[in-house]
Amino acid sequence: MIEENGKILTVNDLKTYFQTEDGVVKAVDGITFTLSKGETLGIVGESGSGKSVTNLSIMRLIPEPPGKIVSGTIVFDGVDVRQLSIDDVRKIRGKRMAMIFQDPMTSLNPFLKISTQLMEVTELHLGHNKKQAYEHAVKMLETVGIPDAKNRIDGYPHEFSGGMRQRVMIAMALSCDPELLIADEPTTALDVTIQAQILELIKDLKARMGTSVILITHDLGVVAGMTDKIIVMYAGKVFEQAPTFELFANPANPYTKGLLKSVPDPAHETGAELYQIPGLPPDVAHLPPGCPFAPRCERAEDICRAQYPPFVETNENHRSLCHFAKEVYAESIQENSVKTGVAKTTEIELNPPA
Amino acid sequence: MEQPEIVKGASLWRDAWKRLLKNKLAVFGLVVVAIMAVAVIVGPAIIKWATGFAYDTIPPDGNLIKSFPPSLQHPMGTDDSGRDILARVLQGGRISLMVGVISTVVSLIVGVSYGATAGYLGGRTDNFMMRVVDIIYAIPYILIVIVLLSVFGGPNTPGWIQSIAGSIGGGSTAGLSQIILLFFALGLVSWLTMARVVRGQILSLKNQEFIMAARATGVSTPAIIFRHLVPNALGPVIVYATLTIPSVMLSEAFLSFLGIGVQAPFASWGSLAADGIKNISVFPWQLIFPGVTMALTLFSLNFLGDGLRDALDPQTRKF
Repeated sequence: MIEENGKILTVNDLKTYFQTEDGVVKAVDGITFTLSKGETLGIVGESGSGKSVTNLSIMRLIPEPPGKIVSGTIVFDGVDVRQLSIDDVRKIRGKRMAMIFQDPMTSLNPFLKISTQLMEVTELHLGHNKKQAYEHAVKMLETVGIPDAKNRIDGYPHEFSGGMRQRVMIAMALSCDPELLIADEPTTALDVTIQAQILELIKDLKARMGTSVILITHDLGVVAGMTDKIIVMYAGKVFEQAPTFELFANPANPYTKGLLKSVPDPAHETGAELYQIPGLPPDVAHLPPGCPFAPRCERAEDICRAQYPPFVETNENHRSLCHFAKEVYAESIQENSVKTGVAKTTEIELNPPA
Repeated sequence: MEQPEIVKGASLWRDAWKRLLKNKLAVFGLVVVAIMAVAVIVGPAIIKWATGFAYDTIPPDGNLIKSFPPSLQHPMGTDDSGRDILARVLQGGRISLMVGVISTVVSLIVGVSYGATAGYLGGRTDNFMMRVVDIIYAIPYILIVIVLLSVFGGPNTPGWIQSIAGSIGGGSTAGLSQIILLFFALGLVSWLTMARVVRGQILSLKNQEFIMAARATGVSTPAIIFRHLVPNALGPVIVYATLTIPSVMLSEAFLSFLGIGVQAPFASWGSLAADGIKNISVFPWQLIFPGVTMALTLFSLNFLGDGLRDALDPQTRKF
């Protein structure tokens, strides 16, 4: 056993590479974080920044080949998932770690009844017989707020709307009362109203069941209301890591600042064009020697292009991958005090820190 | 609380059935195949009851010419030995259809498992498994069947086949052994294409998100292949299976025509045609009736297969 201290998940220096014809793609390159029991971690970043690969690595779902977890440890409740045999991993998957996928339209098997798919999980992990599994499935559907669950359970996925299907997915994921729930962009494919409902549901269930949650998203508004801490990823690397409130109030990385500036802000609508970070995310197979964000960064200097940036600790819980992390951090604090202590970004509904 | 009545969703199968019924040729095929299936199952018994002729009944009288043209007593006439051709056609149809169906079932079981496993596991395993298929594919199947039938046929029939034949009973054990051998030989080669079809389907399905979701819930590999993947590939599999039946039947007819398939006293459409062709100028009914029956059945099966393909995969339908 490796020491726990209430930590459900400790990921240390995880590297997942993909072998492609174009060279080695370092999809996740040295990511480190911890997750305590009952805590919610948000992982944000653009498409291709390695958010999903991180979580697939945790579940050991990386397709091998071409992918491979090259190094690092993934300690889940005292056990390094990387050292487990695939059979042992299978016993954890779905039972102690569960996952919700991005697109509810495609993540349910179109040929199987909802009941069959829900029952499969508990028959597999909890040793339920058909009757127990069926009752449990009905109960789970009721828990996630599907009306008339008793009659709906024998329907096929195409008879459910997108939001309903995502609820079914959540019911499936939570069937065995997992300790860790990974939600991979659970609301991206849903419209805004349903999005709010689903997030509310996850939040509510999390509070009731005490599940730890990793929420992957590229929507900063979503993480703001849901998470305790946030990791900002870019090009397979952690760019910034901080408690949610702190990150929104005092970002210490130009990339995070850029992201926050790109969020539409109806309260301060001025008619000006919405800010966007110039350029495109880099090709992770051919990264420049310096900071991967340097070509798009407004304050990049020669050192950024030449040298890989250090992971700077700006305060106890707050780290940022930037040559100028301390300066950016100081600027953020100063900007805040100029605006009479209210961070502009906090107008996105923020959870006050506990 | 008042609940509105639940609308029963149209399942894929019901939709497909509706579309199939709109296709006149397919319905024709379905009807002919159904009639043929019933006829070959109960037909010989009815004829025996009505006329006293079984497929291998040789009338005892000593006429020099025993082959009579169609009459009321023998609607399709009689053959060289005076046997009732209708009875023989139905009996032959029983064997022909059985060869088609059993070989197709064999090809379904073997081909689907093999193709699905190769497709899902991918990588080197897939490569190896499919190269094996390629190699068997490269050998002309007629050659394989002929070699199998002549090596294991006749006196060299393995004991276990003889014991199966013996346990079925009826007629000659040697003749039955030959037929069982034919099932194996045709089944052995007919799964290859099925394996390829299924593998292709699985390859396109296995990267779907619901498979990832199933893996993420800890479902084992065999369960993923057979519970999650195979049912999704069923449409093309059914279509291909319906088209395999006539092609296997044709192969059987071909082999029997050449004299290495079904042997007397058993008959199949192929062997009946082979018998008939010898006398085509004198006793044309000996060839015409088995030939037409077989052609009609094969056409119908093909129409049905085409209809099923259109019904199960509406996107490829021609308008």
